[in-house]
Amino acid sequence: MTVLQATCLIAVAIIGTLVVATRDPLRQAAVAGIFGLALSALFLSVQAPDVALSQITVGAIVVPVLVLLAMAKIREHDR
Amino acid sequence: MSRRVRCVMALVALAVLGATLVVAVADLEPFGHYPGPYGDVLAKVVPGERHTGQLVAATVLDYRGFDTLGEELILFTAACGCVALLRLRRRERGEASAPERPAPSFAARAVGGALVGPVVVLAAYVVIHGHLTPGGGFSGGVIGGGALLLAYAAGQNVRLRRVGSIGMLESVEAVGAGGFAALAIGGLIAAGATLQNFVPLGTSGMLLSAGTIPIGNVAIGIEVAGAVALIVAEFLEQALLQEPA
Repeated sequence: MTVLQATCLIAVAIIGTLVVATRDPLRQAAVAGIFGLALSALFLSVQAPDVALSQITVGAIVVPVLVLLAMAKIREHDR
Repeated sequence: MSRRVRCVMALVALAVLGATLVVAVADLEPFGHYPGPYGDVLAKVVPGERHTGQLVAATVLDYRGFDTLGEELILFTAACGCVALLRLRRRERGEASAPERPAPSFAARAVGGALVGPVVVLAAYVVIHGHLTPGGGFSGGVIGGGALLLAYAAGQNVRLRRVGSIGMLESVEAVGAGGFAALAIGGLIAAGATLQNFVPLGTSGMLLSAGTIPIGNVAIGIEVAGAVALIVAEFLEQALLQEPA
């Protein structure tokens, strides 16, 4: 394992913990997007660019957007 | 159940999970020493049989294309289910007036507006070069669906309420899904096996090469872009349907 891979792995571990530690769902969606980017950097560092690209699109676009929209829906429902 | 009992149970479960993970990771092959035979076999035969060096695309869209067909239909079904569920809610409420929303800031308009074009080009590039470079239909399709979001963020009134544009997204999704299925059936008819290559292979490294792989990428790209845009559009509409002024 190279230094780059180890760094990415540690970054994933730290940001993953941050996602869990973030209690406000709005912020959590943003942190989860950053986690997705860290994960894609890890995939890139282990020479899987195809997986990294899919991870970027899903982790940084689809998941945060769906969470945000669902939250907008719930908030409106609460009012 | 008291807090104390829950903590003890969680700790026990985490300890078991942690121990299992450590054992599993310790038993992994060292990095780069993949023990299965298929990767090596494909690495040998793909350049000769399919005229491409993109082993991942060749595996996903050709050699194991049948799996991809199933996965594509899963996404298709998921989008259909999402739309069906959300649309039921809309009917319950009756057709409310078109949702108003505050005008986006100048920054959102400028950045969103400037990025829509390049993002669409990037999506097209990622899709049609899927057999040459990393990427392909799925990634490119999601990027393309994201372009709709950018247009929305920039405040372009993507007329989601009008049945026309949602209906169009539905057709786009169906055309993409049907396109890949047609490719599978085309292989069955023209070459004797599902997804068997039946078009000229071309010269390796050229845009028009690798047989059915780029065609499959384009079909999946269209389908995924349609599905993502459709799901997001339905969600956007739902989230904004009853926005109190």
